[in-house]
Amino acid sequence: MNITVSMTVNGKPVTAEIDPRTLLAQFIRENLRLTGTHVGCDTGQCGACTVHLNGHAVKACNILAAQAQGATLLTIEGVRGVDGGLHPMQAAFREHHGLQCGFCTPGMVMNAIDLVQRHLHPAEEVIRAGLDGNLCRCTGYHNIVKAVQAAAARMAADTTAATLKQGGQA
Amino acid sequence: MNAPVIGQSIKRKEDYRFLTGTGTYTDDVTLPGQTHACFLRSPHAHAKIRGIDTSRARAAPGVVAVFTGEDLARARVNGLPCGWLITDVNGQPMKEPPHPPLAQGKVRHVGDQVAVVIAETLNQAKDAAELIEVDYEVLPAVVSPADARKPGAPVVHDSAPDNTCYVWALGDKVAVDQAFAQAAHVTTLEFINNRLIPNAIEPRAAVASYARADDAYTLYVTSQNPHVERLLMAAFVLGLPEHKLRVIAPDVGGGFGSKIYLYAEETVITWAAKQVGRPIKWTAERSESFMSDAHGRDHVTRAELALDQDGKFLALRVATTANLGAYLSTFASCIPTILYATLLAGQYTTPAIYCEVTAVFTHTAPVDAYRGAGRPEATYVVERLVETAAREMGIDRATIRRRNFITTFPYQTPVALCYDTGNYDATLTAAIELADVAGFEARRKAAAQRGKLRGLGYSTYIEACGLAPSNIAGALGARAGLFEAGEIRVHPTGSVTVFTGSHSHGQGHETTFAQVVADRLGIPVENVDVVHGDTGRILFGMGTYGSRSIAVGGTAIVKALDKVIAKGVKIAAHLLEAAEADIEFRDGAFQVAGTDRKKTLAEVALAAYVPHNYPLDRLEPGLNESAFYDPTNFTYPAGSHICEVEIDPETGVTQVVNFTAVDDFGKIINPMVVEGQVHGGLAQGIGQALLEGCVYDPESGQLLTGTYMDYALPRADDLPSFKVGTRETPCTHNPLGVKGCGEAGAIGAPAAVINAVVDALAHLGVRDIEMPATPERVWRAIRSARPGKKA
Amino acid sequence: MYAFAYHRPATLKQAASLLRKTEGAKALSGGQSLIPALKMRLADPPVLVDLGGIAELRGIRLEGTTLIIGAMARHAEVAAAKEVMTGIPALAQLAAGIGDRQVRNLGTLGGALANNDPAADYPAAVLALDAVIHTNKRAISADRFFKGLMETALKPDEIITAVAFPLPTRAAYVKFRNPASRYAIVGVFVAETAGRVRVAVTGAASCVFRVKPMEKKLAGKFAPEAIAKVRVAADKLNSDIHASAEYRSHLITVIAQRAVTAALSGK
Repeated sequence: MNITVSMTVNGKPVTAEIDPRTLLAQFIRENLRLTGTHVGCDTGQCGACTVHLNGHAVKACNILAAQAQGATLLTIEGVRGVDGGLHPMQAAFREHHGLQCGFCTPGMVMNAIDLVQRHLHPAEEVIRAGLDGNLCRCTGYHNIVKAVQAAAARMAADTTAATLKQGGQA
Repeated sequence: MNAPVIGQSIKRKEDYRFLTGTGTYTDDVTLPGQTHACFLRSPHAHAKIRGIDTSRARAAPGVVAVFTGEDLARARVNGLPCGWLITDVNGQPMKEPPHPPLAQGKVRHVGDQVAVVIAETLNQAKDAAELIEVDYEVLPAVVSPADARKPGAPVVHDSAPDNTCYVWALGDKVAVDQAFAQAAHVTTLEFINNRLIPNAIEPRAAVASYARADDAYTLYVTSQNPHVERLLMAAFVLGLPEHKLRVIAPDVGGGFGSKIYLYAEETVITWAAKQVGRPIKWTAERSESFMSDAHGRDHVTRAELALDQDGKFLALRVATTANLGAYLSTFASCIPTILYATLLAGQYTTPAIYCEVTAVFTHTAPVDAYRGAGRPEATYVVERLVETAAREMGIDRATIRRRNFITTFPYQTPVALCYDTGNYDATLTAAIELADVAGFEARRKAAAQRGKLRGLGYSTYIEACGLAPSNIAGALGARAGLFEAGEIRVHPTGSVTVFTGSHSHGQGHETTFAQVVADRLGIPVENVDVVHGDTGRILFGMGTYGSRSIAVGGTAIVKALDKVIAKGVKIAAHLLEAAEADIEFRDGAFQVAGTDRKKTLAEVALAAYVPHNYPLDRLEPGLNESAFYDPTNFTYPAGSHICEVEIDPETGVTQVVNFTAVDDFGKIINPMVVEGQVHGGLAQGIGQALLEGCVYDPESGQLLTGTYMDYALPRADDLPSFKVGTRETPCTHNPLGVKGCGEAGAIGAPAAVINAVVDALAHLGVRDIEMPATPERVWRAIRSARPGKKA
Repeated sequence: MYAFAYHRPATLKQAASLLRKTEGAKALSGGQSLIPALKMRLADPPVLVDLGGIAELRGIRLEGTTLIIGAMARHAEVAAAKEVMTGIPALAQLAAGIGDRQVRNLGTLGGALANNDPAADYPAAVLALDAVIHTNKRAISADRFFKGLMETALKPDEIITAVAFPLPTRAAYVKFRNPASRYAIVGVFVAETAGRVRVAVTGAASCVFRVKPMEKKLAGKFAPEAIAKVRVAADKLNSDIHASAEYRSHLITVIAQRAVTAALSGK
């Protein structure tokens, strides 16, 4: 028997009637046609399907769409910089060649953003450990680590700048 | 003078779409009326199919059709062909058993396709597949190449009763035997080159459709070479004229060899799309990828190196048994032969080499090219032997290599190849410096104080890339040409679209090929777009594998550019009222030599498309040229890798703490992209050495490493940051001077890692360790080597 | 995935009644083990009861010398909770090492315990810390909770509500990870609580277990050398392509010593 789910995806409310066995990843890809969220495995290891659920990185292939009832979801399509261009993490991946075939990239970027939001100045070991839920077969991770380091510095600077600006206005 | 474009780390044009989730991979393609396919796969390694009852499945909700091997046989769908004929030591052709896209009569490996269900939804297809009743008579299976030829081994194909596809040899056996008789020292090793599963992160997928209007098929598929896919599927399997099948390989999420081949699934759904009259999508689940993607490596080898008293190599003798799996995949037969034995000279002057290869069938997934494809196996043989010989003879490991390096070029090896250029001493010297080998002893001591065993290992590798001179390949058994095609379309206002037969699935061709064009035409990189992966748009192509894209595909583009410029000279001469001989093309303009009179490329292009003032009597309008390029030789990238490991002797855990690679890829178009290719290759090479190994149960033939829960794919925290460098000896026989870089890391790294592990343990008496050097294997090696410890 | 009916009750009572109503109905908490099993069609529950909407299963609090963690607490919440970091830092550290970041953002304490995967981390902590598992029906001591391979004392309609961990004086967890799955090949949790020492091992056998000879030695002298010679016999241990029983036996001693060292250093 189908069920109805509603959530907010990339700032827009969505509602759909689905088979209960629909995974969140399937819901995003097939119902919403947001195909930037990729599926690379069936046992929850590769992380290509990583999205933010209520602000936390989760694997969209490892959760039912029904479990996300009422949640706020961010997928790669909703990730943007303050100016509407690339987010600092996306820009750093490009700058440091942190992607090749691009298939793991959306999940990698989503997890990396969440990682940096929780560790403002992550050391290399913290980044490597923090990315252990995302498999990449192309890059050997070397440039991904560099990209995350660079993005972290940029995001920290942006946060500081934003704080100063707010302080100045107050 | 324009700023140089070649040699610059220009950021990739393709990245924006990948970073914003707007790429189009095969599974992202959804066609109106699309149905979904689920393949029922064999749960057994070897079984007779007594019968298949699909009646319940056909009646299940949402099911559109169910097909089995019998249906395909009735429709005269042929088996999947092998693209390379190997002739055995007796002059006989290899055994080529049939490879039906859906099993007929027997299944021969776990995951073999038995039937396909096509339904409205994927869940319905899967539910129905479970309702198919297959009456199996389970038979004993053989999975290891070492067991395949043992008396009484279960037979995979009746046409090869000893499970032998071929016994093949290369080299002068008599000369080798003589050299061994006179050797001062012989080093012998026996080892397994572990079986690997490629694991591109995008699983294989296909979307097939058939249009009654023009009786034509369209196939979106995860392919590294859509034209080859079309040729094989249309001409050999489905019996279709090629113009009725369009194959599109859109964004492809990694390949590493595994997406070169024509597979059963896309063939079946292409055929079925006409039967059901609706588009069909199939996407592999990762578990299916593990079972059904072509695997790599899987050699058992005995290798011997003969040396004189000074450590000069006299001869090399190699006997390898290579596992081909249950069926011959598209290029399976040439990997452990043509791409393996020919590389056994390595970087050395070894005067006599003999290699015998026995290729066997087993009840496992087909084995074919995986990143490096034969060359990592050859490098492992040579570099493990060299390092072991050095230790046995008490010669420094770098010194023994330098003593044997080839230093004059061109150099004809005793195993068929002719190296055009190289400077092996330079890469080794640079690697030693970059790796700070001088500081190693101090690091080893510091590690010992922390209770860790530290070791350092070298690997100096050669590869043959830029496949290949078609005539030579043909003489060696290739059933296809190995040229590449390219087309340059200069648009009326001077921007350019490049159509290439090479396929990019991570390599960055959209950027690097654009750099080549921008450089030659003197226009901004932004004005050049590269189109690939569509037989409907590109004249022809042989695709991407064997690190061939820039060397062969790039050269085809250069040849087409030469034609564009030559035609532009004629147009410009007309416009400038000068003699053609006086026109020079430089910095994006055609100029009358010695004057400032010139026409830009855009002006010439406009004249070509608006030919009002144009030599129409002598010249066609338009500025669109194509070229096919067939290389005259292979290219020979080479390099030196140095690995440093630390081992925890209590647990056997091995950590790569330093990895240095200095490579010679000839001229480099985009250093950033090249470094990325090296990093990725190294990760796969280190993965092979320490983590990855495909394991089948020797009794049941079940795949024991069928998910990421059991197959250890390297993660970010398994690897160090790499130190990479390059030295440059330009290739002598292509205009760009390029050699290719895609596989180098995977070729050089495994031997470097294992040499480092053995170095760390050598003082305990450890001489060899099997890949992957898992913690337990290392722990056992330590324990059994330590005197006084119970085994 | 096989088809199932899905329910998301708001109260514990409703959840228990839904579980009671259909034979084979299964509770879904974080789903990080259950969803993959469903996807691979290894499980076929007719009904899934999602516990995600039940507020009373959440929360982490210190009550005197007891740390109480709600069953639906995510691993990431446990890892980051001040109460856990100050009360039982070893438990926070354990939680921070389960699966990967994304898994920790969904996986729950209650789900992990009810699943009782032989290589899961939490069972080692619960057993070594002598925690009490509270359900909608009763309180179960750790020693009586883990029954065997993926088997617990829970009844079909019984739902874990919270786990009460007595605060140890010192404790540590060290995991030797499977290079592929990242689950424990051997994980050892050592805890000294109110003068008693408990050592629990996960990953090595069909179910988490205590090593009483080590406990006895450590009660005498809480130092790594005290257990250097204590071996767990290989014949009861798992053997697979990643580690033989003999290797696991060796690792238990090595990893237990490292856990004792870590507990002594207070990190």
